Amino acid sequence: MHLDHDHTHSDAAAVSADAHRPDGRRRALRIGLGGPVGSGKTATVAALCRALRDELSLAVVTNDIYTREDAEFLLREAVLPPERITAVETGACPHTAIRDDISANLEAVEDLEDEVGPLDLILVESGGDNLTATFSRGLVDAQVFVIDVAGGDDIPRKGGPGVTTADLLIVNKTDLARYVGSDLARMAADAKAQRGELPVVFQSLRSEEHVAPVADWVRARYAAWAAAAA
Amino acid sequence: MTSSAPAARALAPAGVRATARVTARPDGRGGTALPVLQGEGPLALRRTRAAGPAAHVLLVGAMSGPLGGDHLTVEAATEPGAHLRVGSAAATMALPGQGEASPEARYDVRLTVAADSTLHWLPEQLISVRGSALHVTTRADVAEGGHLILREEQTLGRTAEPPGLLRSRLTVRHADRVLLDQELACGPGAPAGWDGPAVLAGHRAVGQLVVVSPEFRTNPPAAAVLGEHATLTPLAGPGILVTAVAPDGLRLRRILDEARERWT
Amino acid sequence: MSRAALLILADGRFPAGGHAHSGGAEAAVKAGRVTGAPSLEDFCRGRLHTTGLVSAGLAAAAALGADGRAALDEAVDAHTRSLALRTAARKLGRQLLRAGRATWPSPELDALARAFPKGAHQPVVLGTTARAAGLGPADAAYCAAYETVSGPATAVVRLLGLDPFEATAVLARLGADLDEVAAAAVRAAHRVPEEGLHALPAASAPLLEIGGEAHAAWPVRLFAS
Repeated sequence: MHLDHDHTHSDAAAVSADAHRPDGRRRALRIGLGGPVGSGKTATVAALCRALRDELSLAVVTNDIYTREDAEFLLREAVLPPERITAVETGACPHTAIRDDISANLEAVEDLEDEVGPLDLILVESGGDNLTATFSRGLVDAQVFVIDVAGGDDIPRKGGPGVTTADLLIVNKTDLARYVGSDLARMAADAKAQRGELPVVFQSLRSEEHVAPVADWVRARYAAWAAAAA
Repeated sequence: MTSSAPAARALAPAGVRATARVTARPDGRGGTALPVLQGEGPLALRRTRAAGPAAHVLLVGAMSGPLGGDHLTVEAATEPGAHLRVGSAAATMALPGQGEASPEARYDVRLTVAADSTLHWLPEQLISVRGSALHVTTRADVAEGGHLILREEQTLGRTAEPPGLLRSRLTVRHADRVLLDQELACGPGAPAGWDGPAVLAGHRAVGQLVVVSPEFRTNPPAAAVLGEHATLTPLAGPGILVTAVAPDGLRLRRILDEARERWT
Repeated sequence: MSRAALLILADGRFPAGGHAHSGGAEAAVKAGRVTGAPSLEDFCRGRLHTTGLVSAGLAAAAALGADGRAALDEAVDAHTRSLALRTAARKLGRQLLRAGRATWPSPELDALARAFPKGAHQPVVLGTTARAAGLGPADAAYCAAYETVSGPATAVVRLLGLDPFEATAVLARLGADLDEVAAAAVRAAHRVPEEGLHALPAASAPLLEIGGEAHAAWPVRLFAS
C-alpha cells in the first residue's frame, strides 16, 4: 500500500469519488463522522486518532460551524501533528458542505494527501447539525453517526437518515444514562428496529480506551479497502 | 501658479492642454541631477533644497485646476541610480468648467522607475469640488529592481459640500506584469452604490499607498488590519498596498503617514 | 447553445462552494453597515458595479477565447487588491473547476486544472466553464454578475434572519443594474483582442477590500469570506 509518494501531477485532480489519485495510487479511505451538536464527535475523533495513529497513516478534516473550533481542539489535544488536521469553513450550513456541495471537503482531503501523504485513512468530521445530516457518497466511503443518551432516548426511535442509514451508529455518553433517565435497552431495541443488521456501538469516552469497538470497526473497514486495492 | 496660466486659459476656452516633465539621473557626485525639469501652462515644477542623494521637486501649479475641459499631464521618470521625490505645494482641486455643459477634465500621471532607482510620488490630496468632473489616470511602470512609493488621496467635496464626479484609474506595472489595476468612481454620475455600504459608506476621503520594492520579493509583509478602515495587503508581486477610507483628508493622511513610516 | 445550461450554471445549488462565502456581507453586517433589506440592496448595488463588473468582464473574456487564461488569471490578481479576497477567489475557482469538469467535461477545463492545480481565479474558471457548457460571453457575464449579489443576499438571510422573500425581492430590484453590468462587461471583453487586458473593467470597492482583509483575521466567523 505504501507506494513511493510522488508530488508531481501526471494529470489534473480527479473530480469526485474516484478511488485513485491522479498519479494512479489508491487514495486514502475516507470515513465521515456526523451527528448533532455536543454528541461527542470530536471526542470520538480524538480517541480514534490516538488508538490508530501508530498503525495507520491518518489525517482529519473538520467542518466547523464557527471557523476552526473543532480543529483547534484536536490541535490542543495534540492527537495528530498539526499538518494532518485541516478545517473547512461551511458558511453556517454544515450539512451543505458534507452532502450538497462537497467541493471544499474534497479539496481538503486531496490537499492532505498531497501534503502529508501517502495516507491510509482520513476522518471527515461534520459540523454539529441535525438528525437529517448525512455525508455524500461522493465524499466518504463509510459514515458513522454519533448521538448521545442525553439528547433523548427517543432519537433511535425517531430515526432519520443519520440514525437509519449510517454504516455505524454510536450511542455516546452511556455513563450519563442514569442521570438523564435514558433507557439504554430501549435505545438498543429501537436502533435495531430502524437499522436491521447495521452495527450499533454504545460507548462512554470517560475512559478513552472505550473507543476500542469503534476503532476495531474502522480497522475492519480499512482492511477491506486495502484488500480491494490489492 | 505660473503667470502664464491666465493667458493660456484666455486663449483656450475649451480647456488647457499642458504637460510637465521631470527626469532624474545620477549627477556622478552621489547626488541626483534633473536634466529635464519642464513645466507648461498651469503646471510648474520647482526643485527644492534637500539634503541627501535624492532630488526634491514640487509641483506648484495645478492647485487652481484642472477645470472642465482641461487635460493636464505630469511625467516623472528616474534613470538607473537616481533618486527623485515629487510632492505638490498644495491640494489639487478639480473644479467645474465654464458654462453648463463643460466637458470632463483629465489629469494623467505617468511615472517611470528604472532599475536601481527610487521614485517617491507624494502629492497633496485631490479635492473633487461640487459640479466638477475629472478623470484621473495614474500609471507607474517600475523596472525590476526599482523602488516606488506612491500616495494617492482623494477628498470628495470641500467641507460639507457634495463632491463632483471623480473617476480614477491607477495602474502599477512591475517588470512585465500588472501588479495593480483599479478604478474608482464616485460622485453624481458614478455607477450606483458608490456611497453605499460596499464602497464608501459615507466616508469622504479615500486613499492608498503603494510601495514597490525588490525587498518585498524575498520578504513580503503579511496582510494587516490598520484600524477600522484601513488594511495593508501584499500584492501579487514585490509590492504592498495600503488602502484606507476616512471621514476626511486629515485623518486619511494620518493613517497613510503611519503606514509609510512603518513599511518604507 | 442550450439555454438550460445557463440555468444549471447560475443555480445557487450548483456545487461549487459558494454557500460558504458571504461576498463581504458578514463584515458589513458586523460593522453595522448592512442591517436590513434597504442597506442590503445598497450593498449589493455597490458590489455589483465594482467587483461584479470586474468579475463579469473577466468571465466574458474567458468565455470568448481559449487563449490567454494565464494572463486573465494574472489580471484578477491585479484587480483584486486584498490578499484574502484573492485567496478566496482562487479557492472558489478550484471548487468551480471541479464541478464544471464533472458537469461539462472538456479538454479546456482539463487544461485549466493542469495549469492551476491549486485553483485559477473564479471568474476565469466561470468563463471557461460557460464555454464548455456551450454558453457565450453574455451568459458568463450574467452568471458572474448575479453571483456577486446572490451570495450576499443569501448570507444576509442567515446572518440577520432577514425575511427570505425580502432578500429575493432585493435581487429582483437589481435586475436593471445586472443588465447594465453584464452588457458593459461583454463590451469590454470584446475590446480585449485589440486593446489588451487594460480594456477590462477594474472598478474597486475600498470597503469590500478593507472588510475582506479584516474578516479573514477574525477568530470566529460564519463564512469563509
